[in-house]
Amino acid sequence: MENFEFINAMVLLANFVIVPALSYGSQLALATLSLTIIYGVLRFSNFAQADWMSFGTMATILFTWLFQSAGINAGILPTALLALPFAIIVTALFCLLIDRSVYSFYRRQKSQPIVLMIVSVGVMFILQAVVRFIIGPNDRKFFDGEKYIVHALDFKNYFGLEEGLTIKSTQLITVIVALVAMISLFYFLQKTKLGKSMRAYSNNEDLALLSGINPEKIVIVTWIISSILITTAGVLYGLDKSFKPFTYFNLLLPMFAAAIVGGIGSPIGAVIGGYVIAFSEITLTYAYKKFFVYLLPESLEPSGLMQVLSTDYKFAISFIILVIVLIVRPTGIVRGKII
Amino acid sequence: MNDELRAPIAFAIMGILLAIVGFTQSWSVSLSVINLCIISSIMAIGVNLQWGYGGLFNAGVMGFTALGGLTAVLVSHDPIYEAWDKAGVGIVISAIIFVLSITALLFVFRNIENKQIKNTLIILIIVFGLIGINNFYGPSIDIIESINPAKTGFLGGLGLPIIFSWLIAAIVAGLVAWVIGKITLRLRSDYLAIATLGISEIVIAVVKHEDWLSRGVKNVSGLDRPVPYEIELQQSEWFLNLVERINFSKLEAIQSFSSKQDLLNDLVIDSSGIFVKLCYAGLFFSVLLLIFYLSQLALNSPWGRMLRAIRDNEEAASAMGKNIFAQHLQIFIIGSAIIGIAGAMLTTLDGQFTPGSYRPLRFTFIIWLMVIIGGSGNNLGSIFGGFFIWFIWIEAEPLSIGFMNMLAGGLEYDNPLRMHLLGSAAHLRLFIMGLLLLLALRFMPRGVIPEKIQKK
Repeated sequence: MENFEFINAMVLLANFVIVPALSYGSQLALATLSLTIIYGVLRFSNFAQADWMSFGTMATILFTWLFQSAGINAGILPTALLALPFAIIVTALFCLLIDRSVYSFYRRQKSQPIVLMIVSVGVMFILQAVVRFIIGPNDRKFFDGEKYIVHALDFKNYFGLEEGLTIKSTQLITVIVALVAMISLFYFLQKTKLGKSMRAYSNNEDLALLSGINPEKIVIVTWIISSILITTAGVLYGLDKSFKPFTYFNLLLPMFAAAIVGGIGSPIGAVIGGYVIAFSEITLTYAYKKFFVYLLPESLEPSGLMQVLSTDYKFAISFIILVIVLIVRPTGIVRGKII
Repeated sequence: MNDELRAPIAFAIMGILLAIVGFTQSWSVSLSVINLCIISSIMAIGVNLQWGYGGLFNAGVMGFTALGGLTAVLVSHDPIYEAWDKAGVGIVISAIIFVLSITALLFVFRNIENKQIKNTLIILIIVFGLIGINNFYGPSIDIIESINPAKTGFLGGLGLPIIFSWLIAAIVAGLVAWVIGKITLRLRSDYLAIATLGISEIVIAVVKHEDWLSRGVKNVSGLDRPVPYEIELQQSEWFLNLVERINFSKLEAIQSFSSKQDLLNDLVIDSSGIFVKLCYAGLFFSVLLLIFYLSQLALNSPWGRMLRAIRDNEEAASAMGKNIFAQHLQIFIIGSAIIGIAGAMLTTLDGQFTPGSYRPLRFTFIIWLMVIIGGSGNNLGSIFGGFFIWFIWIEAEPLSIGFMNMLAGGLEYDNPLRMHLLGSAAHLRLFIMGLLLLLALRFMPRGVIPEKIQKK
């Protein structure tokens, strides 16, 4: 049946490329948003952001354990979602503590962005030590609740296809939570007074100060928003895969790549960049052989794996895209700079 | 404190610290630390040239270190003739296609005006380049990697003495830095940091996964040495005599012949290890001195003054007719070449090349700490930073374990809190590093040995 071949190919693609890329892209987009908001308002590239992500996730895991031992759970949803708000509060408080004790000094001195960036490297070291000290460097899974929404086997039997489609509940949760977070963030930035003053401060600091905007308030709000976004991103990533401090640290570069590709400092750019990086990582390393076997007549069947880059380079793809964007269009897809 | 006195005092303290390790742990440990300190200092000088002289934030130190290490393998390992015979042609052809495609791409990029033609040509070149390379490359690497995979499975190297690799590493790292610099040096400072960080990860990915070139994560071990082996020393007449003469009084005090012989044997084994490390230290130290001398010369030349002028005020220097980009490119290449040398020296010292061990924390950010804490803009400061930070990095572990033992002093042996504290002692060193950096930036932003401001 000619028709079935086509549907099989599409299901295959959805299962191995579109669904995973959509959920990874949503996680990356949230993380990148937090990076870009720090960049836009506080004006430096925060190298510690990936470690804030592991800190927030660690806090969530600890609260999850607490809830589990108290017998509290969220039914079919993972307990981590209940723990998330508490973890966000802890992370935001710790962010503010670090800001008071470290960053605020350089802000008063009006230091160069590069100095703040080096300072963030110091914070990165300390956060890594704190996270490893509290929870250890090992891999941890903290997912509970219902694992699948659509299972490959059921899908196959139901539709009578050769290929199955799996949708994990974490993937659906990721996309929904990310959408909600993004919409509320854009609403906050565009419609509320605080959001508007944040944008004004980011656009022109002096002018904003003249119009009576309290800079300290803006800084506090920025760290809180950043903590909300980064903790949520970290928890979604951890639910989907697992939590390991070193893996989280490695997400720093995809985050930066997404921010620059999208246009650094621009929230819409961050979202676009996150999805661009995620989709290219997965589409470029997927072996399309089976896909073409379904689509093409037998005589044209490909002999190789039909893979653009070997999966060994999955990690390097975001940087390759980053380098290409830096050469071709250094301002990114959406011209960035202000939030 | 008087700035003139800072350097002697700092180095004196460093010497005392190393001597303490020598007396309390052993001289062999102290010498191993010193060897790595010297290599770290050379890397720090490379970074200092870029940051302290030129104001360039290169976060790709790790990449250049790995390139240096790879060069050490490619220069010193014996060539695998069988692999070259069977698959050399394929590799060479794919290399030629690769170079041709890149040249064609550059040509199209620069010379074709019409956007549509340009884009079509670019896509065509990439597609045909990939197909061409895949045709030769895939089968060849399969052949290469199947030849004695447990021992070699790669193309091997040139079979030259490893010491040549130090010079060649500088050239290789410099060439790569030229390409990277061309791409990234027009960017603003923090973009440059992110871009170089990313590129260094690409370098590591290539070294890790291109097994035909570097054996990848299977590592290359047993590289030859520029200094004698311990076992050779233990069997050579002159070394035995030397050890006997140095320890004359110790040996004289012992009466019985057999215990005298036992002691002599122990002494020979100990001293051969120390002798080898001393040889390395001598070699490394001469390289350090040479690089330090040349960097000082460059710093005080008109060229060095121009670089600092550019660093301090780009617009003014540009108005004076200096080509900022070209100068930045020069200093980027020179600094990276120095880091490459240090990378080759590191692999020489280890005697093996382990791509899996290159982590940004260890090879990029720690080097940055050395430069900033030592004093950016001052080469002596970088040398001190290299010694000091490496020393702390190594000694932090026993110290943290001691500290944790103290914290957990009152607890039972199998108390879970005590076990946790001791188990996480290793992570304290990250904390110490971060704290040192933050404290230095806050209270000593010019570093331990600050840059000398020359006034005329």
